Amino acid sequence: MTPSYANPFEALFGLQRALDAHLTSDWMRDATTGSGSYPPINVFQQGDDFVAVIELPGVGKDDLQIQAKDNTIRISGKKIIRYDKEVSVHRRERVAGAFDRTLSIPVQVDPDRIKAEYRDGVLALFIPRAERDKPRTIQIS
Amino acid sequence: MTPNQELQVKPKQEVDKKQETTVPARIFLPTADIFETDQSLTVVLEMPGVDKTGVEISVENDVLKIEGRIDFSKYSGLQPVYTEYNIGNYVRSFRVSSKIEQSKISAELKDGIVTLVLPKAPEAKARKIAVN
Repeated sequence: MTPSYANPFEALFGLQRALDAHLTSDWMRDATTGSGSYPPINVFQQGDDFVAVIELPGVGKDDLQIQAKDNTIRISGKKIIRYDKEVSVHRRERVAGAFDRTLSIPVQVDPDRIKAEYRDGVLALFIPRAERDKPRTIQIS
Repeated sequence: MTPNQELQVKPKQEVDKKQETTVPARIFLPTADIFETDQSLTVVLEMPGVDKTGVEISVENDVLKIEGRIDFSKYSGLQPVYTEYNIGNYVRSFRVSSKIEQSKISAELKDGIVTLVLPKAPEAKARKIAVN
C-alpha cells in the first residue's frame, strides 16, 4: 500500500473535476475536441511528414501502447508511481493514473511506416504522409 | 488514489525570474515529490526531454538546486502546426533543513524522471532515547 494521505474529500473532488471538465470541455466548440486531454501533444511538420511530440515523464516503455489505424493514432497507457514503504512524504505533486488519447491527422498517412521513439520521457511519433496523398507534378505535353 | 483514475493535464508552471537570462529560453518548475526515510531524503523531479548531460545538481548554503537543460536542436527544421505545451529548461531549488552528506548525493535519470537520494549526515539521524 502506498503511503497516501487519507482523503475523505476524494469523491467530492472527483465530482468537482467532472463538473469542471464539463464546463471547460471543447465539445461542440470551434476547437480540436481532443485538446485539453492528457497527454498534451505538439505536432510539427517536417517537409511532407508530421512529427508528434508527447511528454510522458515517468511512463515506462512497457506501460505505453500506440495503435495506428487509417489516419488516427491512439496513445494509451498508465503512469505508475511507486513509493517505498515507511517513508514520510513531504511533498507530493506528481500524479499517477491512466490515459487514452486519439490523435487524428488531417491528411492521409501511412500507418505501416509510423515510427515511435521514446527517450527521456518524451515520445516522438514520426508520421509519414501517404505516397498517394502527396501532390503530383503534371507535365504539360 | 485509484490507479486507474484518468490523468488530467497540469499546465507547466513557469519560474518567476528575479534576473533576466541572457538566453531567451523559458524556464519551468519541474513537478516534484519529496520523501524522507531514516537514512535519506529522496527528491523526485519530472523533467521530460532532459538527458544525462543536461542535469546539474548543486548544494550551496543548505540550498539544493537542480537544473535541467533540454536539447533545443532536436526541434530544428520542425515547423509547429499544432501545439498544446511549451518547452524549456527546468530549474528548482529547495532549502534542505537536515544536514546532508553532500559527497554522497546520488542521482539517477530514467524516462525523464530525476531521482536524487540525499543521505543524512550521521549527526542528523534520529536517535532513540531510552527512558530509564
